[in-house]
Amino acid sequence: MDFETVIGLEVHVQLKTASKIFCSCSTAFGAGPNAHTCPVCLALPGSLPVLNKKAAEMAAKAVLATNCTLNRESRFDRKNYFYPDLPKAYQISQFAMPIGEHGWLDIEVEGRPEKKRIGITRIHMEEDAGKSSHDPFRPVSLVDLNRAGTPLIEVVSEPDMSSPAEAVAYLRQLHAIVRYLDVCDGNMEEGSFRCDANVSLRPKGETKLGTRTELKNLNSFRYIEKAIHYEIKRQESILRSGGKIIQETRLWDSVKNQSFSMRSKEEAHDYRYFPDPDLVPLVLDEDWIEELKKNLPELPEIRKARFMESLGLKGDDAATLTASRELADYFEACLEKCSNVRRCTSWVAVHLLGLLNARGLSIEKTPVSAKALGELLQLLEKGDINDKIAREVFEDMAKSGRPAEVIIREKGLSQVSDSSELEAAVQKVLEENPAEVEAYKGGKTKLMSFFMGKVMKATRGQANPKVVTELLQRMLG
Amino acid sequence: MHVAGLARLHMDEGDVERMATQLGTILAYVDTLKEVDTEGVAPMSHAVHLVNAMREDTVGEHLGVDIGLSGTEEKEDGHFLVPKIVG
Ligand SMILES: [Zn+2]
Repeated sequence: MDFETVIGLEVHVQLKTASKIFCSCSTAFGAGPNAHTCPVCLALPGSLPVLNKKAAEMAAKAVLATNCTLNRESRFDRKNYFYPDLPKAYQISQFAMPIGEHGWLDIEVEGRPEKKRIGITRIHMEEDAGKSSHDPFRPVSLVDLNRAGTPLIEVVSEPDMSSPAEAVAYLRQLHAIVRYLDVCDGNMEEGSFRCDANVSLRPKGETKLGTRTELKNLNSFRYIEKAIHYEIKRQESILRSGGKIIQETRLWDSVKNQSFSMRSKEEAHDYRYFPDPDLVPLVLDEDWIEELKKNLPELPEIRKARFMESLGLKGDDAATLTASRELADYFEACLEKCSNVRRCTSWVAVHLLGLLNARGLSIEKTPVSAKALGELLQLLEKGDINDKIAREVFEDMAKSGRPAEVIIREKGLSQVSDSSELEAAVQKVLEENPAEVEAYKGGKTKLMSFFMGKVMKATRGQANPKVVTELLQRMLG
Repeated sequence: MHVAGLARLHMDEGDVERMATQLGTILAYVDTLKEVDTEGVAPMSHAVHLVNAMREDTVGEHLGVDIGLSGTEEKEDGHFLVPKIVG
């Protein structure tokens, strides 16, 4: 029997506000334990939550950017559960009336020509819980409530994905969108973009869903792919041997490359949701929505299509260059200095990204600014330097932070295009290699690159290859 | 009892009996409410007609860890100390 995989994803996106969702405590990461707390997020009696307007706007933007219906009215509910990292013993969330519903993302999976539409069930706002750490030797846990009350949106997908690759494609796109919107910093290691995956198998052709497990602790795209793959294999072997899947939560251990059962999944009704009387409804009027729509940036998919259509980029390059808003901005800033699209594309996608990868840097921390790279490419375009020298200059720029022009001047790297100066060098090479000259004249035209190499060496790579080719052709002809 | 378990509340036989009577009264009251004709009335969650009570996104004053933890004896290194909860 063949099985088919069904995957649904729940993504928690931490909104990039300065203060928490229902109180004015800071959301900054890394403060001392419980330093960022107040009566509201400590759940002291008599305190009242008040919604952060920016958080509501950020949530609304995410709703608009994922093709969801933006609900004109949404409300807050209490989700009851009992963990010490949730001091009120409930989490404020949105249950019956979330801010957004019925959206979708169209994803591309490598090797398939058609896009696949993945439904988004809902997007709701909620507050994050605190952090508890368990003492390994004593029966106690230590609770830090700095994170309690940090604004989140939860994006719940339909169970529309059928492979780990599709799940990752969906997540990458959602990740790019929230980064483009500037509503989330996207840092997966610090937990700003967290994903839980619901995975189940069913016999091919069956329409009823099989029993699912929920995978947690997936804090990188690579782990997500691995963990889902592992879960599919695990469930398949259980089903094949006639066993039954237990509905449970499983934690991914990225060191052991295995998942472990955490606890049996609490049923939805255990949360006993009810409207939070402390918070009034959020109503978005037309003017406000228009304002939000007007301020939406160009989204990654649209920017990618524009790069392909109006700049003529290949799909792969367009995808690479639009993976983050900062990189796409960098590329366009570079284009402003040097209008050769192909040249800018390969320098940004290959050399710049190569440099950043090698140093483990993000684009925001690039040692070579878009303007500086653009200037280098301009000099290359004008023929002042050749490709090889440009790479050398680029390396120097990355190390020293100096502009291209200064490096070229100081190191005397300007390309020699003066043919009378080059003629002497070419003449010398031909004189020193009479056998090759004979062979060339006898029809071995491939030796052209041999002569070119010799001339380049003699001129320390500074000769203009176009001029040298012309000279060689003339002097050998 | 299930909810009490989740909430980690200790209840003895007497408590259970008293709670059962109180809950019975509450449920009877809810039954009375059910008799009201709500045909064509939209569900509401608030007794006041107020919407969009919001604040701007600015960081205010924190209570500080000393005052924040002053209400409990169970603390350690700036943390609240609680019985171990696994998973
Ligand atoms: Zn607070």
